Amino acid sequence: MTAPNHRWRQFKNGLMQTVMLVCAVLAILPLVLVFYYLVDKGFSSLNWAFFTKLPAGPGETGGGMANAIVGTFVLLMLAPLVGVPVGVLGGVFLSEYGGRRLNWWIRFSADILNGVPSIVWGVVVYGLLVVALPAPFRGTVQSVDVAKHLVTVQSRTGARREFAVDAETRLNLNGKIPLASLRPGTGVLIWYHNHQATRVADSISAPGLWSSVVAAIIQWHNAISGFSALAGGLALGLMMIPLVMRTTEEVLQLVPHGYREAALALGIAQWRTTVQIVMRTALKGIVTGILLALARVAGETAPLLFTALGNRLWAHLTQPTAAIPLQVYIYAISPYDDWHRQAWAGALVLLLLVLVINIGVRFLTRDRLRGKV
Amino acid sequence: MLETARQALLTPPESKAAGGPALAVRGLSVFFGRQAAVKNVSVDIATRAVTAIIGPSGCGKSTFLRALNRMHELNPEARMEGEIRLFGDDIYSRHVEAVAVRRRIGMVFQKSNPFPTMSIAENVTVGLRLNGIRNRKILAERAERTLRMAALWDEVKDRLHAPAISLSGGQQQRLCIARALAVQPEVLLMDEPASALDPLATSKIEDLIVQLKKDYTIVIVTHNMQQAARASDFTAFFYLGELVEFGPTAKIFTSPSQKQTEDYVTGRFG
Repeated sequence: MTAPNHRWRQFKNGLMQTVMLVCAVLAILPLVLVFYYLVDKGFSSLNWAFFTKLPAGPGETGGGMANAIVGTFVLLMLAPLVGVPVGVLGGVFLSEYGGRRLNWWIRFSADILNGVPSIVWGVVVYGLLVVALPAPFRGTVQSVDVAKHLVTVQSRTGARREFAVDAETRLNLNGKIPLASLRPGTGVLIWYHNHQATRVADSISAPGLWSSVVAAIIQWHNAISGFSALAGGLALGLMMIPLVMRTTEEVLQLVPHGYREAALALGIAQWRTTVQIVMRTALKGIVTGILLALARVAGETAPLLFTALGNRLWAHLTQPTAAIPLQVYIYAISPYDDWHRQAWAGALVLLLLVLVINIGVRFLTRDRLRGKV
Repeated sequence: MLETARQALLTPPESKAAGGPALAVRGLSVFFGRQAAVKNVSVDIATRAVTAIIGPSGCGKSTFLRALNRMHELNPEARMEGEIRLFGDDIYSRHVEAVAVRRRIGMVFQKSNPFPTMSIAENVTVGLRLNGIRNRKILAERAERTLRMAALWDEVKDRLHAPAISLSGGQQQRLCIARALAVQPEVLLMDEPASALDPLATSKIEDLIVQLKKDYTIVIVTHNMQQAARASDFTAFFYLGELVEFGPTAKIFTSPSQKQTEDYVTGRFG
């Protein structure tokens, strides 16, 4: 009964299976190595001070990463505020609503966003929320110092401001004209940044409702702009959106079509069907997706470099804020042995945090499988 | 609008049913893209009787059934022509929402589909709860009444709060029937409700259908000729999207006027 090449085929089969097993082991080997190194180098620096003390000064020994640990938790609270509602609702739209063509484009964009280097998110948020916007100031010109490029303007409410103005930044209906032509008594609308005017336009009208709203928004923006936990949270939150959106869509698609039909046939409105039947059935999957996205962004350093920035104090919504990955980065490139040790310990804490989230996910999904049987 | 919808959910179906046919279908055609699945069908569905729809696979009987409560609209490719009136009301009128139609015309599907996140009791009352009725007394009373109607009460009364998916396949299907009845529709559509069940569970469903016609107008799609013969009063035979013959079940099965019908009911094709 045995085929003539039986042994040769058995040998090939065994060989290929061995090769595949080796590859599979190679894939998990980095995790083992990473864990080994972190425990080996970092565990000895994990002590009470590490979790409770602020960083020590450069070159000093002692101190801890309490502010960075708190900062990471603050960022991980802020990020879902952006990532979860937008991501979940976007995923619901993709799964339950929308046309085929539109959804194709949204999916395509989300997949591209998933592949965007994380530092790009940092740069985007830097432009959005860290850099202050030019603010508008409307008033009447009091005096012009052409030699020093200074213009003094008084607003209607009586506030006086002095602005530095480039010779070429004055605009009126004739286009750009020399600053020298600006006369006291002219009504102007100045956009300025610190004390530098970026644009001076002749203003013939009183401020309308719309421009007042814009001015208020810019003022509010500038009040919270700068390196801050808010900016860091926004960067991580934006990163979460495409991740959460795609996993939400996928788990909603796993809900059998029959449940939607059953609910709709009962005369239940579509949005109620979506929320109370489809989303409720897929709730654990949605939460799993959110947690995985959170674990993914928890260790991100690059998007925080331009946003949260990091510092040596406690986390603050509108001030530079430390985070574990930032602190690890700063300590690792420093010349101090004690900081190196703390960097290892910080990396270990970060890995444990991600591990805990992942174990939580496993716990949730296991529960879900049991419920289905 | 909300108040009237709520009121309708609380009114017994008997008071809603008037004389004449429950459903008057005129010139109904349903297309999927360019393909016509149902072609120019006109038929009256009698009130408080069971109408069976038979025919070989792909003959358009399921599509016809789903057009009766606008479920075919879930397919964005679907389009219909013609007119369907429920006790005189045009269900395809521009002023009528599909949701409102489906509250009056319920549906039970081939595959039982109780909601897995809900208990037995929650499943029965879901149509009421998600349409704004929260009074616990009303919900409990309605759950018991409809579970009794679905001949399931004695089997589940001690575990109303157990997950619905802990029930057997036949029980799950009767739970789905109870769930459809709980919103007190005027018409109940059934799409091969017993085809996934064993013979014992099937006969329970058939008994139930016969019981329910005292209060409800029932339209049932079935592949099972004996089931149509046993449980229905009227039978419609569909072939290739057309209604070939419609009449009292006894006549369709004993002396059909069309050769195709005779060939099908005697098992010569299909």
